[in-house]
Amino acid sequence: MVQFLFYAFAALTLAAALVILFTRNLLYAAFSLIFCFLGVAAIYVLSGADFLGVTQIVIYVGGVLILLIFGVMLTNRISAGPVLTGLHNQFLGYALPLGLLVLLLGTLGQLALPDWALRAEATGGLVQQSTVAPIGLQLMTQYILAFELAGLLLLLALIGSALLASPASEQGPATPLAPSPGAPSSTQPGTPS
Amino acid sequence: MTTLIFFLPFLLLFVVLAVWAERKVSALVQDRMGPMEVGKWGLLQTVADLLKLLQKEDIVPAAADRRLFLAAPVVIFVAVFAGFAVLPLTNGWAGSSSELGVFYLLAIVSLDVIGILMAGWGSNSKYSLYGALRSVAQIISYEVPLALSILCVVVLSGTLNLQAISFQQGIWVNDVLGSEAERIWLFGLPALGLEVTEVGGILSWNVLRMPLFFVVWLIFFIASLAESNRAPFDLPEAESEIIGGYHTEYSGFRWSLVFLAEYGMMLLVAFLGAILFWGSWNTPLPNLGPLRLAEWTSGAPGTLGGHLWGGFWLLAKVLFTIFLQMWVRWTYPRLRVDQLMSLCWKYLTPAALVLLLLTGVWRLLG
Repeated sequence: MVQFLFYAFAALTLAAALVILFTRNLLYAAFSLIFCFLGVAAIYVLSGADFLGVTQIVIYVGGVLILLIFGVMLTNRISAGPVLTGLHNQFLGYALPLGLLVLLLGTLGQLALPDWALRAEATGGLVQQSTVAPIGLQLMTQYILAFELAGLLLLLALIGSALLASPASEQGPATPLAPSPGAPSSTQPGTPS
Repeated sequence: MTTLIFFLPFLLLFVVLAVWAERKVSALVQDRMGPMEVGKWGLLQTVADLLKLLQKEDIVPAAADRRLFLAAPVVIFVAVFAGFAVLPLTNGWAGSSSELGVFYLLAIVSLDVIGILMAGWGSNSKYSLYGALRSVAQIISYEVPLALSILCVVVLSGTLNLQAISFQQGIWVNDVLGSEAERIWLFGLPALGLEVTEVGGILSWNVLRMPLFFVVWLIFFIASLAESNRAPFDLPEAESEIIGGYHTEYSGFRWSLVFLAEYGMMLLVAFLGAILFWGSWNTPLPNLGPLRLAEWTSGAPGTLGGHLWGGFWLLAKVLFTIFLQMWVRWTYPRLRVDQLMSLCWKYLTPAALVLLLLTGVWRLLG
């Protein structure tokens, strides 16, 4: 069952990734990125990292992606038709992934496919346990410095975006976009035109 | 996971009755009769409306982005309905017993936004786009006070599991499998020396375990109204300005799916509020000496009495919250966009942060 679910979600992730690769409509790409992220979240959950899975949804789907789509919607006139992407730097664009593929092909053979998924029946008990408590304890003890620094960084970003978006700021571009939660003024009906 | 069998038909029945109730409540507030023609007290009015709605043509505007337009209502409804997976229903019927209950719910609630954006963009109409932008800005903003108020409860409970939070608020607190013996103190303060573990009832509900939780619940309630796009926070579908907001272009079955999701969202946040603050499926009546009111009005976990009483109390609380939501909707005028944002960022969020700190202190005292 777990194996079947793994392959189903892996297929979902890959299909969404392929849509991103081949569609030229920016909005389609953004929306299929959601399914890609959801598939990854499901794979996290199947691997026993339940907290990470839900965090993935909260941060990437609930936060990053929505702001991304929001940005696309604010930057384009609505009647201009679909937002298409062009093809640039084609040589590098093909060369880099091909190089990466060659590098990865060497290791692919050695990789036992989803190892944990094959052993899922045996390690079922392990997967059943939630990771919330250990993550909380570790973050507050062993990794407290990294945790606090990340918090500080986020706070700085929040203050910075609020400052950039404030209409009174003398220096720095008063960007009307900045759809960050720290910039509530961007949601007034006058701005997104 | 078997609660799904209950929630899907319940949601459909609820929406039919809630639309009728909405009309009746609005009629009550505005001192008129409401629907009276179809059925007794107009009870079948929504059924008639539903029949009409299902027969309507499913129109896709010529200029719309067909794929996004068609998929959006499904995404909205699925996102809302997925939230019901973790809700406990009675003391023996817990839904998904995920340790991440509340956290998952918050994540799922934000998925709803994607469907709204799809609908707003896909419709290719200025009203839809404005509605979607407003809706998303509002939902994302109000997620902050909502999450902070939920975090207050999580800090006090020490768990994200909704069923565990429910058990902590009643006389069956020590019936949870695998938990240590727990004692509940009046107002969450052992210093007072009044133990209410065996008394139960309203005295062990979260809203009394930390006296300031009523204020936290107010913040939660206001934010949950904004999350479900209800008046006074219904700017995304303000009829007088942008017709219907992000669902302006929808008709027939797809429109009813959007509608279903909106009422589902109301129901979801009402369940969440009842579970987190108002004792979940626990009875409000305490055991007073020989009067074992709490035991008489709640069955042991797993028994038939437990299911019936638990379901009754939880649904009663939830339906009362729904009534409150309707009452507020028909009483207060709509907020302006700037008022909406200043309420969220200047009042609710700082207040929720202070309350979170106080809850932490309370937790240390208790």
